[in-house]
Amino acid sequence: MTKYPYFLLNKPLRNKAVLTLAMVMVLMASACSKKTPIPPPPPPAPAPAANTNGNTNAGRPVVADFSVEPSSVERGQTAVLRWNVTGATNVAIDNGIGTVEGTGNRRVVPAATTTYTLTAGNASGETTRSATVTVTSPVPPPPPARNNSGSRGTLESRVQSDLRDALYDYDSNNVRDDARAALTADADALKRIFADFPTATVNVEGHCDERGSAEYNLGLGDRRATSARDFLVQLGIPADKLKTISYGKERPVCTESDESCWQRNRRAHFSVGQ
Amino acid sequence: MQKMMRKIKSRLYRWRSLPPAGLFRTPAAKTASGTWLIALFLTLAATVFAQDIVTWINGAGGKPALAVIDFRGSGSQQLMSAFNSTLFNDLQGSGLFDMKSKSLFPLNNPQRPEDLRPEDGGQGFALPDWAGAPVNASHLVFGYTAAQNGALVLYGNVYDTRQQNVQSAQLFSQRYSGSLDEAGAIHAAHEFANDIIMKFGGSASLLGSRIYYVSKHTNAKKEAVGEIMVMDWDGNNQKQLTRLNSLSIMPAISADGSRLAFTSYAKGTPRIMMLDTLTGRSLPFYNQEASLNANASFTPDGKQIYYASSAAGLPQIYTSSIDGQGFRRVSHRDAVESEPKVNPKNPNLLLFTSGPRSEQIYQMNSEGVGVERVTNGEGEASNPAWNPDGVHFAFAWTSGYAKGDFNIFVMDIGSHQYVQLTHGEGKNENPSWAPDGRHLVFASTRKGKSQIYTMLADGSQVKALTTQGDNETPVWGVK
Repeated sequence: MTKYPYFLLNKPLRNKAVLTLAMVMVLMASACSKKTPIPPPPPPAPAPAANTNGNTNAGRPVVADFSVEPSSVERGQTAVLRWNVTGATNVAIDNGIGTVEGTGNRRVVPAATTTYTLTAGNASGETTRSATVTVTSPVPPPPPARNNSGSRGTLESRVQSDLRDALYDYDSNNVRDDARAALTADADALKRIFADFPTATVNVEGHCDERGSAEYNLGLGDRRATSARDFLVQLGIPADKLKTISYGKERPVCTESDESCWQRNRRAHFSVGQ
Repeated sequence: MQKMMRKIKSRLYRWRSLPPAGLFRTPAAKTASGTWLIALFLTLAATVFAQDIVTWINGAGGKPALAVIDFRGSGSQQLMSAFNSTLFNDLQGSGLFDMKSKSLFPLNNPQRPEDLRPEDGGQGFALPDWAGAPVNASHLVFGYTAAQNGALVLYGNVYDTRQQNVQSAQLFSQRYSGSLDEAGAIHAAHEFANDIIMKFGGSASLLGSRIYYVSKHTNAKKEAVGEIMVMDWDGNNQKQLTRLNSLSIMPAISADGSRLAFTSYAKGTPRIMMLDTLTGRSLPFYNQEASLNANASFTPDGKQIYYASSAAGLPQIYTSSIDGQGFRRVSHRDAVESEPKVNPKNPNLLLFTSGPRSEQIYQMNSEGVGVERVTNGEGEASNPAWNPDGVHFAFAWTSGYAKGDFNIFVMDIGSHQYVQLTHGEGKNENPSWAPDGRHLVFASTRKGKSQIYTMLADGSQVKALTTQGDNETPVWGVK
């Protein structure tokens, strides 16, 4: 077939596009002109009467000081509130403290971060001030060791959460440095799992990315599973506790066609044995 | 018999010793060590394999060029439009023929053999009128129908236009009958077309053949599972064969279509299972103690299987009797091996795939001797599938494309010449030949999920047989 320049082939189409664009613009212009104006926002609320004389605080009590010391405590520790109010007929602090003298202090033991609000009032009105004390949690004690029988979980959850995949290069069963690190940690985890579940066996599954043939990948997955199993056996895991299964590319963990997904699929993975 | 064995051996000898693409450089080195007789057979074998792969793909020596005249009817003329279009479409659809345009034919055509002019002169139509320009047909299809005793009778003839003698030009003449209506005319046209196709070694044998494949889905436990399915050669009657709710993959069918072997995860690790295709029942098969027993295929006589097993650590090729007993290791290579495929004409020649760094197709004999790479090392080559002729094989190859982007190719085992049949529309894998040796079934992701397609050996007439779900690894059985 003779190849024509793209613009020649598409000239009618191009004309149509220009026409369409023009029509759309005309439509938009007419739509704008016909549009009813947006109603103006409602007028602001009338100002309070006190504001009209320009001196809103005249005659009210004066809070010279309201503070907490220290402003940050650990839970269970004490902080001190101090205040100094003049010209008030009534002074109160919230959070269960209640009415107080014009000047004073109070020890508080807040359970959590708390903002104390002081309200001082007289005939002219009220003045409020706030002070916040931040409460931090103490560093928790180290958790009990994993092999504590109380927190061991099921075999399945342990295999799922404690064991990491060992990853491989394309068309390779060579145990890379990162795979060595993963498998070394896995060996420790497996020792704990087998201590908790003495009759358990664990499958070492070999997986591949989607690229090679399914048939070849079945063999490659077998090699990966075997290389991971052999590495673990060298680290003292009994060989009869580990069973290798190749899934080739039959059970991928992700299906995107990009290197990050392919890398996730080129793996030795662990599952609970039969 | 002895002679034949020697011929097979000599072929094997040649295959083993032949450097890739060195077809015409062979005999010299061999005659020195071999006998006269072997040299003779080598020459013969070389002649057999000298045919160009493109010529083979397009049909030996080019496709037969058919001139199919418009048949006329005596008392049945009203049915002839349906008849003529059916006959033409059947013949064209087979892919076997170069169908000549009717507009180039002479105005008058023969209707009976006696209308043809004898070699020694006389009246009638001369066959060379169709052999030469502008028609250029190698064969003339002619005849007529008539209403006879309330039935439709068809007189059909096929003649070779290149023969001088009318008697020897006759390929066949046959009488057919049907009901005196359009259905009868169409039926007669189908029958006549089938006979012509069969006469040219064509795809009539596809009728009754079936395709086995794997349908993948996710089960209730969100695991990928596969079940073996079967359908007619044209995609009709899709049925589920296995119900194991696990991975049942990589089916292989015996040459007589009676047994199906596949790889099953029903017992945890991949193992070989054997089914009777007629009853759907499982047949006993002994699996070696191994993390992997997979990729079974049958020998042409159906008495043995070859498969890949990790019994000795690394997946290698083994063979055993049909029930898995009496196994022995065939190959010893420091690489993953899979997909052993025995040549349909020579049980002592196998293709298989192997690494180490990039999967390629290799050949060896049944003792694991004479291992030689067949594909040229580019990309990744897999899924070898022998043509019934024992000379050509289809395979999947990534050469020229990104890793994993397979296309279907066909290679001549003798010359290592190859032809590419698919061209980058999705991934194209697992080709398998129809019993007629001219059609291929394969899996392709060209429309998204993997589906099963058929095509002719030249890559034309691609047809989707499945459109739903996720279907892969087809194999074509005679039944």
